[in-house]
Amino acid sequence: MVLSGNDKTNVKNVFTKIGGHAEDYGTETLERMFTTYPQTKTYFPHFDLTHGSAQVKAHGKKVAGALVEAANHIDDIAGALSKLSDLHAQKLRVDPVNFKLLGHCFLVVVAIHHPTLLTPEVHASLDKFMCAVGNVLTAKYR
Amino acid sequence: MVHWSAEEKQLIASVWSKVNVEECGAEALARLLIVYPWTQRFFASFGNLSSPTAILGNPKVRAHGKKVLTSFGEAIKNLDNIKATYAKLSELHCDKLHVDPENFRLLGDILIIVLASHFARDFTPACQFAWQKLVSVVAHALARKYH
Repeated sequence: MVLSGNDKTNVKNVFTKIGGHAEDYGTETLERMFTTYPQTKTYFPHFDLTHGSAQVKAHGKKVAGALVEAANHIDDIAGALSKLSDLHAQKLRVDPVNFKLLGHCFLVVVAIHHPTLLTPEVHASLDKFMCAVGNVLTAKYR
Repeated sequence: MVHWSAEEKQLIASVWSKVNVEECGAEALARLLIVYPWTQRFFASFGNLSSPTAILGNPKVRAHGKKVLTSFGEAIKNLDNIKATYAKLSELHCDKLHVDPENFRLLGDILIIVLASHFARDFTPACQFAWQKLVSVVAHALARKYH
């Protein structure tokens, strides 16, 4: 699966439009993921996962930051997220299936806040981008 | 048998009452074919699927999308017996249509995104939870008779 020129343009455009809301969207994505897929909470036994949690907010900010970084270096996502890829492989070892769940919830959040932005073509590009990010983060697992 | 809380039933019904089945079904199916183009393999007889514009405007896609979502309505009317509701459709999808059940999951997730874009903040996390459960139960029921 390869990101076409159009995909890259679409993704960059989405993140430009999201702008300063990225951190909030990161938090909302996590909250939706924890609510919709309770099994994802197993990776955060050390967190307060109640609504409005400062830990979830901080973590949402981190996740959003990584997505923005990937979008800003969309020609070399593997390079941009190399350290995060190491972290996930060696320490976090989040099962690969969960990146799909996170990706899906991120798309839901974008759909909620920017329905007209998420045309079918942009939807496809963003879905591909989230897959690419997930692939990079799990690339060194074995 | 799947257990639905009163809240889940209410969240499902409340969203469904505001859904335009024809529009929503058409959009969901079109997005499936656009976002996951390999799903077009089941629709060779539908004519022009060569671009997102072609897919969105394709009358067969619209009609089939409406058919699929109308069938969802049956599940919602029979939340306590979705398995039986979809028994025949499950056999059909296996024996005649030869559809990989993974496609039901893909369509379910697309439907969630379409609902989110239409209902915005009203599509709360609790709402998403109830609907993800519903699409998952429907996908499971459709795969149940596979052999």
